[in-house]
Amino acid sequence: MVPTEFIVALSAALFSIGTVGVLTRRNIIVIFMSIELMLNAVNLAFVAFARQLHSMDGQVIVFFVMTVAAAEAAVGLALIISAFRNRETINVNEFNLLRW
Amino acid sequence: MTADLLTVNYLWLIPAFPLLGVVFNAALGARLGRGAVRLVGPGVVGLSFAAAVYAFFQLLGAEHGAALINNVYPWITVGALHLDVAFTIDPLSAVMVLVVTGVGFLIHVYSTGYMAEDAGYARYFAYLNLFTFAMLVLVMADNLVLLFVGWEGVGLCSYLLIGFWYENMDNAIAGKKAFVVNRVGDAGFLLGLFLLYWHLGSGVHGLSFREVAASVGNISPEVITAIALLLFVGATGKSAQIPLYVWLPDAMAGPTPVSALIHAATMVTAGVYMIARMNFLYILSPTALTVVATIGGLTALFAATIGLVQNDIKKVLAYSTVSQLGYMFLALGVGAFSAAIFHLMTHAFFKALLFLGAGSVIHGMGGEQDIRKMGGLRRWMPITHTTFLVATLAIAGIPGFAGFFSKDEILFKAFASEHGSPLLWGVGAAGAGLTAFYMTRLVLLTFYGTCRASHEVQHHIHESPSSMTTPLLVLAVLSVVGGYVGLPAGWLWGNRFDAFLAPVFGGHHGGQEHAVALEYTLMAASVGIALLGIAVAYVMYVVSPSLPERLSTQLRGLYEVVLNKYFVDEIYEGVVVAPTVRLSNWLWRGFDVAVIDGAVNGTAGAVAFNSGLWRRLESGNVQHYALSFLVGVVVILGYYVWG
Repeated sequence: MVPTEFIVALSAALFSIGTVGVLTRRNIIVIFMSIELMLNAVNLAFVAFARQLHSMDGQVIVFFVMTVAAAEAAVGLALIISAFRNRETINVNEFNLLRW
Repeated sequence: MTADLLTVNYLWLIPAFPLLGVVFNAALGARLGRGAVRLVGPGVVGLSFAAAVYAFFQLLGAEHGAALINNVYPWITVGALHLDVAFTIDPLSAVMVLVVTGVGFLIHVYSTGYMAEDAGYARYFAYLNLFTFAMLVLVMADNLVLLFVGWEGVGLCSYLLIGFWYENMDNAIAGKKAFVVNRVGDAGFLLGLFLLYWHLGSGVHGLSFREVAASVGNISPEVITAIALLLFVGATGKSAQIPLYVWLPDAMAGPTPVSALIHAATMVTAGVYMIARMNFLYILSPTALTVVATIGGLTALFAATIGLVQNDIKKVLAYSTVSQLGYMFLALGVGAFSAAIFHLMTHAFFKALLFLGAGSVIHGMGGEQDIRKMGGLRRWMPITHTTFLVATLAIAGIPGFAGFFSKDEILFKAFASEHGSPLLWGVGAAGAGLTAFYMTRLVLLTFYGTCRASHEVQHHIHESPSSMTTPLLVLAVLSVVGGYVGLPAGWLWGNRFDAFLAPVFGGHHGGQEHAVALEYTLMAASVGIALLGIAVAYVMYVVSPSLPERLSTQLRGLYEVVLNKYFVDEIYEGVVVAPTVRLSNWLWRGFDVAVIDGAVNGTAGAVAFNSGLWRRLESGNVQHYALSFLVGVVVILGYYVWG
């Protein structure tokens, strides 16, 4: 059986990659995918601890997270399409109207 | 003081009627047209007069020394101080209310004719009604603070009406001058009020006149003198006495009926009324009485000399008013309070008549006010001429007319009262001679001789309409019979007026009762002086018309000084006004702009600068926010893990 530490380390690595992606990429679609990556890294940590502790709670929370992620994907993609129709770009640097 | 108080519930109606007129004329007057304003403007004052007459007869029917009182509502309650809006009618208030509403009603009626062509008809009557309201509050107030409200109210109306034709800058400036000079006096009045309340102690809650009179004895004499003098400063402002008289001649810029009502008959007598009302205070301070008498006597003489050479018909009457007010203060100063109020009443009749007559002349001459361009007007204006002549004889003090009885009583008291002196009598008598002279000069130059107006103007001269001549006739009758309520002691029914007012003045008649021989001697002397004044004027302007010219050339310097009103306005300008303006300018630029505005703007500037630094964090770039979010999370996690 794979030790829990390995799985958590993988989860941390994926989360960090996702974070760096959110902070550094300019394409909204990529940022969006990075957010999905961060969510799934957290899911991985949940199931790993659930297995170690023989508890179903972690598994249940993963289902919730996946539901929210699905809803978020629907809303987020709609927003991106709408933004693209308005500005003809999906570069986040162009979306900076709310500033001083 | 007063024996007992009769509580009644209708006195508030007397000032309420004119206030209703103000609301009506201001809100609806312009829309409903002249017909409605002509009816309502004088009508409300007539209703006030009717109510005042009713109150007067109730007072006569009541026990001698009683007063009517009407508590309307509690006004101010702060700590121990408890002030009511309360109106009272005692003999003194009754005289004042009857004069204000009676003469006021006649002048309102006259105004419907005089102002008939004016564009601001409704505005005019709104102001005039507002004035009547304020004046009634002043004379009916039961406490000093309510009196002060009326005092300020009449000052405001005076300002509004002097500058009634505000399109002309000179009128607006005259109004401003009246307002500012009155403000100087009012500052003294207020200080006097504060000092009085401060020293009355904790036993006094309402500042009503009865209460103040009852406890004024607890105050030390020096403080009483200070209070009396400060209140007198207020009176000199309102009643145009030296040194604050300068606004009244300029106030002639207003419409002539306004000059008659406000600047001759009623408002300018407010100072006289106030001191008469506070007689219990003044009687305790011989120093203050001496000051009042001296200022009054000097003003009476000083203003009369300026009146000698003025060429504007209204200016002559204005200085005459200042001079006659001086007589009233002279009477107050020698403790003859009822004589002062008596002269106030007769003066209201004949001086209102003189001003209204002058207004009729100006109206008939198409706006001309220079008596050098008049003459012979009796041919065109018989009613105006006759009534003006009656008023002139009354003010000159010719026996049988109202002014004779009142002025003679003042001169007698100035000589014989315990506070009086032969010197005060001499000053007053000299002023009386000058009065007779300048009034005769005015009549001769205006109504007699040949007309000096241009042919064009002569063609249009006409007698005024009946709405204007009727008040003239009524006032002419009053100028004769008004004096018979106060005959010298021992004649027919004697001095009823004095007896009527006696409860208010607590028996201070200001002199011996039985100096009959002296009284007749002085009476003969003052009549002689008046006749002399008339004779000199007759010689100078009828017998030998070239004499005034020769005199003014020979006495060039003196004539110039008097013609220019002793350069008092110029002196005030240099000594008071210019330094004040400079100081104000300095305070404006140096203090207001630099310090106050600087502090306020500086605070705002500092905040704006600080925000300018911090707002740069708001880049609008979502990734920056996300990064700061991450940093925050890491810091907090770090704190929990290692902290």
